[in-house]
Amino acid sequence: MTPSTGNGMAKRPGVPLIDGIEKVTGRARYTADLEHADALAGRIFRSPVSHGQIARLDVSKARALEGVVCVITGDDCPHTYGVLPVAMNEYPLARQRVRYRGEPVAAVAAVDAHTAERALDLIEFEVHDLPGYYTSAEARAPGATLLHEDRPGNLEREVHHQFGNLPAGFAAADLVREETISCAEVNHAQIEPHASLAEYDPLTGRLTVQSVSQVIYYLHLMLARCLEMDTSRIRIVKPFVGGGFGARVEVLNFEIITALLARAAGGRVITRLTREECFLTHRARPQTDIRLKLGMQRDGRLTACECEVVQRGGAYAGYGIVTILYAGALLQGIYDIPAIKYDGYRVYANLPPCGAMRGHGAVDTRHAFECLLDRMARELKLDPFSVRRANLLHAPTRTPNDLMVNSYGLADCLERVERASRWIDRVGRLQHGKGLGMACSHYVSGAAKPIHWTGEPHAVVNLRLDFDGCVTALTGAADIGQGSSTVVAIAVAETLGISLERVRVVAADTAITPKDNGAYSSRITFMVGNAAIDAARALKRILINAAASKLEARPEDIECVGEAFQIGAGSQSGLPFAEVVKTALVDRGPITVAGTFTCPPEAQGGKHRGGAVGSTMGFSYAALVVEVTVDEATGLISVDKVWTALDCGHAINPMAVEGQIEGSVWMGMGQALSEETRYVDGLPAHASLLEYRVPTIAESPPIEVHIVESHDPNGPFGAKEASEGALAGFAPALVNAVANAIGIDVNDLPVTPDRVMEALIERRRRERLGEVRRAAS
Amino acid sequence: MPLQNQGVQKRLLRMKVNGRWREDAVAENELLVDFLRDIAGLTGVKIGCDGGECGACTVLVDDQAVPACITLAVRCEGRSVETIEGLVAHGRPNRLQFAFHEKLGTQCGFCTPGMIMAAEALLRRNPNPGDQDIRAALSGNLCRCTGYVKIIESVKAATEISR
Repeated sequence: MTPSTGNGMAKRPGVPLIDGIEKVTGRARYTADLEHADALAGRIFRSPVSHGQIARLDVSKARALEGVVCVITGDDCPHTYGVLPVAMNEYPLARQRVRYRGEPVAAVAAVDAHTAERALDLIEFEVHDLPGYYTSAEARAPGATLLHEDRPGNLEREVHHQFGNLPAGFAAADLVREETISCAEVNHAQIEPHASLAEYDPLTGRLTVQSVSQVIYYLHLMLARCLEMDTSRIRIVKPFVGGGFGARVEVLNFEIITALLARAAGGRVITRLTREECFLTHRARPQTDIRLKLGMQRDGRLTACECEVVQRGGAYAGYGIVTILYAGALLQGIYDIPAIKYDGYRVYANLPPCGAMRGHGAVDTRHAFECLLDRMARELKLDPFSVRRANLLHAPTRTPNDLMVNSYGLADCLERVERASRWIDRVGRLQHGKGLGMACSHYVSGAAKPIHWTGEPHAVVNLRLDFDGCVTALTGAADIGQGSSTVVAIAVAETLGISLERVRVVAADTAITPKDNGAYSSRITFMVGNAAIDAARALKRILINAAASKLEARPEDIECVGEAFQIGAGSQSGLPFAEVVKTALVDRGPITVAGTFTCPPEAQGGKHRGGAVGSTMGFSYAALVVEVTVDEATGLISVDKVWTALDCGHAINPMAVEGQIEGSVWMGMGQALSEETRYVDGLPAHASLLEYRVPTIAESPPIEVHIVESHDPNGPFGAKEASEGALAGFAPALVNAVANAIGIDVNDLPVTPDRVMEALIERRRRERLGEVRRAAS
Repeated sequence: MPLQNQGVQKRLLRMKVNGRWREDAVAENELLVDFLRDIAGLTGVKIGCDGGECGACTVLVDDQAVPACITLAVRCEGRSVETIEGLVAHGRPNRLQFAFHEKLGTQCGFCTPGMIMAAEALLRRNPNPGDQDIRAALSGNLCRCTGYVKIIESVKAATEISR
């Protein structure tokens, strides 16, 4: 791999995924593909009502059915689970009360799926109905029944943050505007449905679980908690995982249920969820109402920002506290805003629990912000690019809420997409119905403070080197398709100067690999990448010492040229890698080294309550331009082209970086145009991939990607994240493009043809009224 | 044998699977996807939805791309069924498989088998497809990772390999 090309587009092509061949040949085994001919089939009985006190739950007939091996209920697990130690308010199987339609109540393991389903039909379940709340407003209304007794007002968490002098900020503004924007709830819709395979051996008391997790160590710990087992008796193995996007960054009820069934049955159980059940399991981006007020000077400089966010979080806590904190914290870290006030409300409602989804917490507020910024620029007759340029940060710096900004390539990103889209020549000059819009966004490269705060290093990689000369990297990090194992392999090979083929990655098996916090908050490249480099350096020191003793030279005189070790740069005869390994093994036998990475305390955010959320060692930055065609007869928007530039610090694997950017921009497009979960009295009306409208290839535009490399001082080889930062810019760029095309500002997501038509009809109505008034006067 | 198929009429099904004829006693209501995964052991055929929504189970039946999750196995009597596993010859991936690997047309890989089979059907009937042909042929296959950009590039790259 050639060195970086400076602050330009990465010229290195990158490498295919190290596990790509398995995927394209069908050899890759995902959880449902694992050998399970002898396993029992697990099925879950789910609440048919949105909210109620359980009056009767009788599973005796189900238990008596031939072929049923066991039936479990909430009585079988008195322990709550959840991602945040302060907010574990959910049982794997409901106890006393159900709070959303589809909540697991009981589960069956039977000889086959059909029998298990018949057994579900025999379960008798009665509830005393409680009122169901399906909007934040209903749930927050005075006198509403509390979903959780300890949460008055049905508020999971209120956040009130203020930084800088807000009144002075607004007083200094030449223009103050406010918008109210609502974003629909969306779902990850990863293509692999949820599945879990658990095996319990009653003789040894050991439990092995293979599951679709992004966070196998959390799963390990949570199973120990819920099953009251010693952690040493549990093993979690991650098979191939078919996408995550946040769907699997917390332990999910079916994973615990499958383990409980396996123990009750004393054997193997596989639970495969239907697509409908995947939507019920949910944990995705909440429906969000945003009221945003910005102050701006004539030159486009922002003076103040006031933002209120209400998230309809669903029935249980999940990641909710983090989501509502992110929504406020990541108002910062992208532009220089002297005064910011944020009020966040995370609300309980009788719907499937929300959670983390790509761009966690930041996407909907960024949408509102970038839309309003554009509208104010328009009013002040400023170009959308110049209004962003007027508010750039200068790294290194700290934001008012104490987030570190160590590298900042946003100016370059703006430049790239402005030029590539020929913005200056084309904006405002396209035919009617066509428009250009732009927006910026950013995201963290790993949360600087881990959720499970133990004091351990934030990432650990082990390297093994034995007689065969293969360097095996052991990492607990979960590759879910984003290519993280490939990044680890590259980091090791690059640091050691050996060929990529010499490196093998063994990932995500709690019996073998070092503990890792998992695939969330885009942490793996930054943290695990750094740990991999650290480990490779340690191994290199050992090899250099071995080469030095063999060559009877001082270690500092040893040069590595490819896989050969030699004295001085110009020396002729070098020791081949295999010889050096042999010598090193003589000294100490098979070699294992550990590399670690930890974010220092000063990177872990402000001291205010919730100040750790949003903190990171490095933000990625993105700018996007979207070109649309709007059909005023149907309201249909076609996205013709997208240009995007992302500052990922340094592209360790440029091809994979491009893939991540394309995928995240496109996921933003789905949220912008068509994706929306819908409920009728708590019943999902969208729980299939036909009703939940993920864009198909037919309507997906070409996406031109520009990689900007700002060389982060702390990132591995200068790298930052690349998977999430570009997502949040899409929806506002699209809305801004629609405004540019037809002169209509649409406020709510998704921008469906219905909404565009409503806005067009409303404009015509107003125009007619205006004509009538003018005629009358 | 799943209990659900007990009592259902079974038939001797003769089908060519990945180039080899086989005979199996198959229930009349057995779906092709379950037959391929559970009986033939071809787990490269994926299930991503509750029926006909996502295209992950796409296989070829007599060269036509078909969603195996809404096709009865017995409808394939006497026909040639090909799955992702069948595209590999002597341990070597075919041109589409190779291109999807090299060009990152696969990320998580779950839609990949169906996507490649749909593309294979396209290339068999049109060796030089344009962008719009590719979009039309793959419009029944959802991918959540790639934004489809590199999928289109992969299919195009595969056509280059064949030349």
